[in-house]
Amino acid sequence: MNSSSNLINALFIFVLAGFIGFEVIRRVSPLLHTPLMSLTNALDAIAVVGAILLVGEHKSTLSTVFGFIAVVAATSNIVGGFLITDRMLKMFKSSRPAATPAAKSVGK
Amino acid sequence: MTTDLAGGQVIIELLYLIASVLFILSLKWMSSPTTARHGIWAGEIGMLLAICGTLLHHGIVDYKLIFIALVLGTIIGVPLGEVAMTAVPQRTALSHAFGALCVTLVGSAEFYLRAPDISRFMMAVLSLEVILGGLTVTGSLMAAGKLQEILPQRPLTYKGQNLVNFVLLAGALAIAVTLVLHPDARSLFPFMILIALTFGVLLIIPIGGADMPTVISLLNGYAGLSAAAMGFVLNSKLLIIAGALDGSSGLILSIIMSKAMNRSFTNVLFGAFGQVQPAAAAGEEARPVRSATPEEAAAILSAANRVIVVPGYGMAVAQAQHKVRELYDALSKRGVDVRFAIHPVAGRMPGHMNVLLAEADIPYDRLIEMEEINGDFPQTDVALVIGANDVTNPAARSDASSPIYGMPILDVDKAHTVMVIKRSMNPGFAGIDNPLYYLDNTLMLFGDAKAFVGSIVRELTGGHG
Repeated sequence: MNSSSNLINALFIFVLAGFIGFEVIRRVSPLLHTPLMSLTNALDAIAVVGAILLVGEHKSTLSTVFGFIAVVAATSNIVGGFLITDRMLKMFKSSRPAATPAAKSVGK
Repeated sequence: MTTDLAGGQVIIELLYLIASVLFILSLKWMSSPTTARHGIWAGEIGMLLAICGTLLHHGIVDYKLIFIALVLGTIIGVPLGEVAMTAVPQRTALSHAFGALCVTLVGSAEFYLRAPDISRFMMAVLSLEVILGGLTVTGSLMAAGKLQEILPQRPLTYKGQNLVNFVLLAGALAIAVTLVLHPDARSLFPFMILIALTFGVLLIIPIGGADMPTVISLLNGYAGLSAAAMGFVLNSKLLIIAGALDGSSGLILSIIMSKAMNRSFTNVLFGAFGQVQPAAAAGEEARPVRSATPEEAAAILSAANRVIVVPGYGMAVAQAQHKVRELYDALSKRGVDVRFAIHPVAGRMPGHMNVLLAEADIPYDRLIEMEEINGDFPQTDVALVIGANDVTNPAARSDASSPIYGMPILDVDKAHTVMVIKRSMNPGFAGIDNPLYYLDNTLMLFGDAKAFVGSIVRELTGGHG
């Protein structure tokens, strides 16, 4: 599990993902920096996978308890993060007639 | 990689791969408001695939507890997704704390499961994970408390603050090094966590409300990096990728925010911000200012061709954004070109002002960033400043003795007429006097932002039927 080839692989992935992150985030409009932060926050809660394994594998009481709290914390980030990002993005409207005004104006 | 993976394991890894791609696409689509909502779908599907993949893991013996935890998390998460837009900064800080809590707990559990059979490298990464995670937990809770105004917003400083912080951090690192060399010294581990938690509190204590955008971004970066470290510990490529994406996002935003506050990045990295010296209280004698009534302001605005509104956090505090929207409507109806100038640190977190104005139904193509709009002020008839102070202070350009000297500002003073809505002549949060208020082309509109904008709107619409 912690062989040196795994370590090198992990480092490659980290560095490359860091570069992708940098290039992608740089292009995000400052208009959307708040939703960006809540979205990355939700994505970051993917740490839940590690916590799920801790709870499910039930290796010790401590690891199960810690894992349980960790799953709760991460899940609340996933749910809350996606919800609020969606709510925020829904509010951004253009003054130019967009492609979907018909559906919107019916609703209002 | 060299070990042969069982069939089930291959499927799980493939699901993780798809999730990684979806996460990257999700952020890519955030580049524009027209595609951003696809980004959420991509993120959600990626997340769902990753969680389902994890549940397929053959090592899992107990599903009941997992589901209880997932349901509990959802119950907590839903209200956190439904907070008011003004409360988004503290919600974000709180979610950084939750994310870091998850990482710290998992790291600690892994330590006790593995130590002392843990390689040196793994122990080093695990220490990094829990130190970063631990300080982010308490640091973010402190930030959330300050933003929610449960804790005092004033920066709390004491003598030798930096020394204390440095000693604490050095102590945590010393324990980490000891554990790397002697992983059987398990009793030291809780102290490392404890120091990290204390450090997080002390890191945020000296930081004032105006610096919150930088702090939140920085804590976002820390949360991401600790998650990436957790990915190394668990050998999870998906987690490394998500952590690296989140970490780079937080760091980029910190750099943008620190530039907007004219602080160096190293200054930000080591948390040494928020210590603005109160301006030397020179020139205490009352200088003359010109003021105007709502009627006069309405007359000037309706005679203008181009108006730029400069909103600051004070506008949101006064809950004036919906009145501002009515003003925008009334002026637009009269053929006045109204735009909004957004300073990067207007609000309590990056991009916060855009969200507040979008919530008030102001179209996003009317919200213009500082660099783009600054050149337009000389051709602007009226610049209307609502609840913003330091970001319009010309002293940042001209007065080398000013604490905010060098900070990029909105050049409102170059507009033909400047109108500033302000409660009184009291200097703002940072206690820095603003020469803008004494200029010949400046009119002070004294009053509550919401009430004042409301009376201007009444003048404009009343006169027109």
